[in-house]
Amino acid sequence: MEYVIIGFLWLSILLYLVLGGADFGAGIIELFSRGDNRHRTRKTAYKAIGPIWEANHMWLIIAVVILFVGFPLIYSTMSIYLHIPLVVMLLGITARGTAFVFRNYDAVVDDMQVVYNRIYLYSSFITPLFLGIIAGTAISGRINPDANRFFEAYVFVWLNWFSVAIGLFTVALCGFLASIYLIGEAVDDFDRQIFTRKAVKWNVVAVGCGALVFTAAWVDDIPLIKWVLGNRVGLTAVLAASVSLIILWISVRKGHSMLPRILAGFQASMILLAVSYVHFPDFLIMKNGQHLSLFKHQAPDATMTALGWALIIGSIFILPSLYYLYYSFQKDGFVEDAEH
Amino acid sequence: MNDFLAARSQMALSLGFHIIYACIGMVMPFFMAVSHFRWLKTKDEHHKNIAKAWSKGVAIFFATGAVSGTILSFELGLLWPKFMQYAGPIFGMPFSLEGTAFFIEAIALGFFLYGWDRLNPVFHWFTGVVVGISGLTSGILVVAANSWMNSPAGFDYVNGQYINIDPIKAMFNQAWFSEALHMTLAAFASTGFAVAGVHALMIVRKRNVHFHREAFKIAAGFAAVAAILQPLAGDIAAKSVAKRQPAKLAAMEAYFKTQPASPLVIGGIPDEKQKKVNYGLEIPSLLSFLVYDNFHEPVKGLDQIPEQDQPPVAITHYSFQVMVGFGMFMMLVGVLYLVAVWFKKHWLEKDWLLKLFIIAIPTGFIAVEAGWMVTEIGRQPWIINGIMRTADAVTPMPGIAYSFYLFTAIYFSLSIVVVFLLYRQIRMVPQLYDKQPKNLQLSHS
Ligand code: HDD
Ligand code: HEM
Ligand code: HEM
Repeated sequence: MEYVIIGFLWLSILLYLVLGGADFGAGIIELFSRGDNRHRTRKTAYKAIGPIWEANHMWLIIAVVILFVGFPLIYSTMSIYLHIPLVVMLLGITARGTAFVFRNYDAVVDDMQVVYNRIYLYSSFITPLFLGIIAGTAISGRINPDANRFFEAYVFVWLNWFSVAIGLFTVALCGFLASIYLIGEAVDDFDRQIFTRKAVKWNVVAVGCGALVFTAAWVDDIPLIKWVLGNRVGLTAVLAASVSLIILWISVRKGHSMLPRILAGFQASMILLAVSYVHFPDFLIMKNGQHLSLFKHQAPDATMTALGWALIIGSIFILPSLYYLYYSFQKDGFVEDAEH
Repeated sequence: MNDFLAARSQMALSLGFHIIYACIGMVMPFFMAVSHFRWLKTKDEHHKNIAKAWSKGVAIFFATGAVSGTILSFELGLLWPKFMQYAGPIFGMPFSLEGTAFFIEAIALGFFLYGWDRLNPVFHWFTGVVVGISGLTSGILVVAANSWMNSPAGFDYVNGQYINIDPIKAMFNQAWFSEALHMTLAAFASTGFAVAGVHALMIVRKRNVHFHREAFKIAAGFAAVAAILQPLAGDIAAKSVAKRQPAKLAAMEAYFKTQPASPLVIGGIPDEKQKKVNYGLEIPSLLSFLVYDNFHEPVKGLDQIPEQDQPPVAITHYSFQVMVGFGMFMMLVGVLYLVAVWFKKHWLEKDWLLKLFIIAIPTGFIAVEAGWMVTEIGRQPWIINGIMRTADAVTPMPGIAYSFYLFTAIYFSLSIVVVFLLYRQIRMVPQLYDKQPKNLQLSHS
């Protein structure tokens, strides 16, 4: 059963990265565009994610629940040492979720919209930044249960070059995912061009941030290159991601919209695979070498069995209806004139 | 403020806000579904517009409910890591099922909000019903987690180890049924009165009277029935508390000394040092009767409970009084309303009845908050009743007070914005939901 549960954990992290990421990314690219361009981005993004944004964010909750039910020590350790970045991430989620709804459901459209909008845009940036920082910290091996000074135990754990670089990379990845996603939502050629240009730009930014991550790893003495490229799975994943990136651009050129999305999602999953594979089954890498492992630090069997069944049965209900939701709102013009 | 106190306050604050969003998110979809159903049957556009107007409210509360719930699922670990480390695998079952319920709710809400005039009308109505049912299910499930903290079950505690874990048994613990029933009714009563009251206010002010009257009827009906059943469910809850947490019951009743034919104390100011209640009204034997159904069996008082295991008395007692007091008031309003509907139709036109409903707008939510204070503060000093102390569960990270200030600021600004948005929704009713017939046809052709 633990394999089922770990599979679901991995899947929900991935789906949160891809779907939630595209959703954050819509805010990020809007943040970095200007004028009419910004306006178009907003309109298209609203149309594309309005009905599904709630569902996109549920994956985070699923991942958290799996952690605290199935791997309680991992959850409580993260909660203790990553308290501060988790709180910042929560602030981001809160601000963004509420601002998004408010800017869509306010009955009166006036200056307040500017305020919601600003909050929405900044929090779209901050949340994935901190998500990335948290993920980077989990694998960077800096969590130190023996530290007894405040800054050492609770701050420098995550506030370092490597974690921040991973955070920036996450942001760039979200921007990339969103612009690829929005290409498919464009209503005319002009829009399509705009989003294609954005996708190119974010692709470049993502590659740049990737380089930054490796540099930061080098500065911080983290053998990242060895981790990622030193084994067959990691190497294959990186190659697969690079090849699929080429196919992605060819297919964008050809005017496809579904294939590039699938490929972008594929790239994200390859990246996640490459980083999670090296340490598997360790989930939290600790400074004192007592890593927290998904195998060694799981809940008792009865709980794992119950959790596994809950996830399986749940997904029988959820996945088809989720698919149907995405499918229904893909149909042309579905949301176009959803009333405000 | 020390870290422990700050952590407790932050938890209480977050839950105190979440519960309001959650109640509304659980109950409003049912109101919507009723109105929607009426529209499908009668084709009267008013019903459709009421359902639509409410659905905007639901979307707002759903989002705030979702974010405050997300905060909570992290906060459990951020503030109480030791508790979660041991309790997670035992009481986590309801949370994992809840995940499914939330997901279904979010999906169904997506269909419902964006499906007007597009989906098959019956399917569309059905998605609204699904939102309600899954919301209610998730509410009942979390309450199962909370009731486990009050009445731990499904494991053996041997030498500080938690063994023989059975998550299913943990979920269906002794306290689960009484808490879930009482909480569900509370959600209907509190949301019902709040919604009915707002529409009553509009009727009294003579704005869009027909629209608001129809809306009022639906909300008031639910509210009245729930408010009448509520004290019955409360009595079941109290009997269950007496069995599993005598200390909590004694604190609720400010009942310091064990006496045969135990009296019930109403009101009064408990003096925790002198162990007595000043100025309270004592009704002989009533407490024995309420708990054991006879007038002489002694109820366990605080004197039989070790000092270090006693919850704070005064605040538990006040909260309990507040809940019961408002509960009685709401029951009265509910009874009057049903009498009006069945026997005295002309009362429905009277301002005094509407005004009672306006007064009742906040009472349900006040009772809900008070009820949770009883449950949670009455459980102290335990986080898992009889097993783990709250003080042993708190995070080692210093500086929680700052986090508490931060979250206080967030929740307050969030609430101000929600109130502001709802106010604007209501103010826009004439333009958006209850236009003159000519415009109506234009916009819905
Ligand atoms: C509209 C709200 C409302 C109203 C009118 C009442 N209650 Fe209540 N009560 C709640 C809302 C609530 C609650 C917020 O929903 C609680 C907190 C935990 C729970 O399960 O329900 C609660 C808890 C609660 C408990 C503690 C349960 C426990 O710790 O397990 C008792 C004994 C009562 N109630 C008893 C009553 C009685 C005798 C009432 C008579 C009028 C009453 N309540 C009215
Ligand atoms: C939404 C309704 C709820 C409200 C208003 C509420 C209220 C409170 C309050 C006032 C406290 C502080 C008690 C004190 O320290 O004196 C508290 C503590 C706590 N509650 Fe609840 N509660 C609610 C539901 C729940 C649920 C469903 C859970 C379940 C998982 C839960 C878990 C906790 C925990 C872990 C603490 C901290 C430990 C403690 O103080 O005992 N609460 N809550
Ligand atoms: C008695 C207490 C509680 C009740 C009755 C309750 C009920 C609900 C309901 C009905 C919703 C759906 C939101 C809506 O429709 O507005 C919700 C959302 C949520 N709640 Fe609670 N809840 C309670 C306490 C908690 C606690 C203690 C936690 C965390 C551990 C929690 C976690 C969540 C989460 C994560 C969501 C968001 C899910 C979504 O996006 O739909 N809740 N809650």
